[in-house]
Amino acid sequence: MSLDAKIPPGELSKKWSDYKSKVHLVNPANRRSIEVIVVGSGLAGSSAAATLAEMGYKVKVFCFQDSPRRAHSIAAQGGINAAKNYQNDGDSVYRLFYDTVKGGDYRSREANVHRLAEVSGNIIDQCVAQGVPFAREYGGLLSNRSFGGVQVQRTFYAAGQTGQQLLLGAYSALERQIGMGKIKMYSRHEMLDVVTIDGKARGIIARNLITGELERHFGHAVVLCTGGYGNVFYLSTNAMGSNVTAAWKAHKKGAFFGNPCYTQIHPTCIPVSGDHQSKLTLMSESLRNDGRIWVPKKKDDNRPANQIPEDERDYYLERRYPAFGNLVPRDVASRAAKERCDEGYGVGASKMAVYLDFASAIKRYGKIEANKHHLDNPTEAEVITLGKEIIKEKYGNLFDMYKQITGEDPYEVPMRIYPAVHYTMGGLWVDYNLMTTVPGMYALGECNFSDHGANRLGASALMQGLADGYFVIPYTIGDYLSGEIRTPAIPTDHQAFVDAENSVRERIEKLMNVKGKHSVDHFHKKLGKVMWNKCGMARNAQGLKEAIEEVQQIREEFWKDVRIPGSADEFNPELEKAGRLADFLELAELMCIDALDRNESCGGHFREEYQTEEGEALRDDENFAFVSAWEFKGDGNFELHKEPLVYENIKIAQRSYK
Amino acid sequence: MKLKLKVWRQQNSQSEGGFQTYDVDDISPDMSFLEMFDVLNERLINEGGDPIAFDHDCREGICGMCSMYINGRPHGPNRGVTTCQLHMRSFHDGESIVVEPWRASSFPVVKDLVVDRSAFDRIIAAGGFISVNTGNAQDANSIPIGKDIADSSFEAAACIGCGACVAACPNSSAALFTSAKISQLNQLPQGQPERYRRTLDMVHQMDKEGFGGCSNTGACEYECPKEISIENIARMNRDYIKASLCKD
Repeated sequence: MSLDAKIPPGELSKKWSDYKSKVHLVNPANRRSIEVIVVGSGLAGSSAAATLAEMGYKVKVFCFQDSPRRAHSIAAQGGINAAKNYQNDGDSVYRLFYDTVKGGDYRSREANVHRLAEVSGNIIDQCVAQGVPFAREYGGLLSNRSFGGVQVQRTFYAAGQTGQQLLLGAYSALERQIGMGKIKMYSRHEMLDVVTIDGKARGIIARNLITGELERHFGHAVVLCTGGYGNVFYLSTNAMGSNVTAAWKAHKKGAFFGNPCYTQIHPTCIPVSGDHQSKLTLMSESLRNDGRIWVPKKKDDNRPANQIPEDERDYYLERRYPAFGNLVPRDVASRAAKERCDEGYGVGASKMAVYLDFASAIKRYGKIEANKHHLDNPTEAEVITLGKEIIKEKYGNLFDMYKQITGEDPYEVPMRIYPAVHYTMGGLWVDYNLMTTVPGMYALGECNFSDHGANRLGASALMQGLADGYFVIPYTIGDYLSGEIRTPAIPTDHQAFVDAENSVRERIEKLMNVKGKHSVDHFHKKLGKVMWNKCGMARNAQGLKEAIEEVQQIREEFWKDVRIPGSADEFNPELEKAGRLADFLELAELMCIDALDRNESCGGHFREEYQTEEGEALRDDENFAFVSAWEFKGDGNFELHKEPLVYENIKIAQRSYK
Repeated sequence: MKLKLKVWRQQNSQSEGGFQTYDVDDISPDMSFLEMFDVLNERLINEGGDPIAFDHDCREGICGMCSMYINGRPHGPNRGVTTCQLHMRSFHDGESIVVEPWRASSFPVVKDLVVDRSAFDRIIAAGGFISVNTGNAQDANSIPIGKDIADSSFEAAACIGCGACVAACPNSSAALFTSAKISQLNQLPQGQPERYRRTLDMVHQMDKEGFGGCSNTGACEYECPKEISIENIARMNRDYIKASLCKD
């Protein structure tokens, strides 16, 4: 099967508008009899479902949480990018497009990224109209801040809770359609398989998590908005329930998986404190606007941070990357932190942390405030007090969260941070229409591979989720559904539904019948360690080969020795976890295979064998300027298809933030 | 640390529940409260027992899923903190801790510490939105909003919908939750066209779901992990009275 990305012809900046004026439409009367299933209720899912329902489609939405408002988009902190140029600092659609492609280390598809940049402004308009309370200036206009990898201020935010506010906006729109009877919501339901008929996606099998019943649901199209798979590493900033199951089931039913090895390790997370740790907490990238990252110049320096004089501190990001300083992209910042810690300069009890210090920002803001208040000779204490107030206004909730978790006060001592798994750029391969290789099955938001290449820039995930849901899928789905207006709803006693349900039931029974000795978490922690050590921030061929074997071994042990208490006919969180881990155990192998196959370093994928003399990622554009799209060929068997990446509007260059 | 836990166990919504006592040891003060439950559950599984069901997801205090009633207080002893952000350093060695689910007839128990909060979704579906279809919006900066109003709206919008307010209230009132959404939208210029209809519809839905009335005890504000202010209830009541008087 050959891959066709279906990129519209014509000049880059006109592709999307030309496409929109020519795409096939479904007339409003026909939309009423067309059913769409949306799986996942985060930014992509809620926005897609609400918009499709507004257009008149019959929509069903599924989420595993108790309410659609809980989806993990809610935890995004820093902001959302948009090329509004409200700050008059030279921003434009082209610049956002360019920054995103460069930030992705030239491994994303030009046409998709340009469309993303084009609709970015509409997202802000839509959210404000919905009542999303973005931060504002005293004049009543919207406020912006900077994020990593860019030199303009284009990030819109709502304190450190931007994801929450955007998701609640989309959730409001979703609930409005639910209230009007145009969307049927299925909370505490988990999709466990896709149903395909004559090669097209025609529905799903979902498990009611309260009763354990398996349900069959028909849809003319199935839209997956199920997020990323960072939890394959066990410890990540993802929610405990975040999983790959829906995407993986789709993969096994024919959807190719794109770039599975591209994982984003976020540089500023609270370090691991012990074996009991269940998840890691992010400290927003926005903190790098004001925080300065450093380690002591001396190895094994055990003095408290405040007692290390200025000239004995190594502000290594400012030293290595003077042009971008502390605001280099995430992959670069993470690797630099790892490098310092591996060399023995790390801080804290574990020595696997670096400082993120706000002392100079507090003083800087304090002086500005003192000037505003016409204090001519403020004492240092006055300056610090004034400065702390500004920092509190900007980052208060993050500082509180840090203190809550670590027991240390970041207003007084620098934060200790270390990189952690945060986001997965890889995901289901989709064409320009966001359709997977299974006709009628779409993937939106983090669960597709499309826009971020090998590294995602900060404040771009929210942008992509909402772009896909509000402004892309409503057009592109029409192109497919216009051919489906004569397809009546297929009854769910169709053999394909029966077969799919039976295979789901068999797998559940198989899991329940293992009756082994160890809990699901026992295996998940083991898997996480292998993935973090051998397929994490730095990878090499030897380690990846070992990892593949180790993953296979853990998978075998899991199926022989997992213990799931209770039964399948009741509310059973351990069974849910087991099903998800079983899928992670299959995905993990593919991630390692993909990482081993890609003999270059790019973005979040850093192969130790391929680096410049200065330790930067060394791409191989001659041999690897393609998307790896993997086809499932049976257990542990995957076939590679390549989508060449052609850059007509950007000159590919060695990424430099110096 | 060693602790004695008294935990509410209930098989499902139909069955009767009761407390069971567990001794846990080897608890580090750096663990979160939920990680302490992870340790206990791991042990229960290894012993062939039934682990305790509890709701949780993001574990960073924002999704609103975790919901434990600890020593008679929603989300435990600290103010402005969700259960998942509560750490064991807030307890002392040898302490007895009582853990229950949210208690309210509008939040039926699903299992153990897990309750059904879908009533909250239905309150939002009744009017917790601004009716603006995708694609209809004007340029974002064409609606200037004073910083004080934007900030006040944001403070109300910070509600995570966990239901601690209902659990804390002697009347099991959902006034704080409902008013937070009303207050977020009713303060904004975009929210004005539907202001009074929204207030009436959401309050009626709240009553229909069986939540009790507000009698100004203030327990909700005190226990809210996001410290949502009861000023929002005052705003809601003001708009509700106006809406009721002005109606036709």
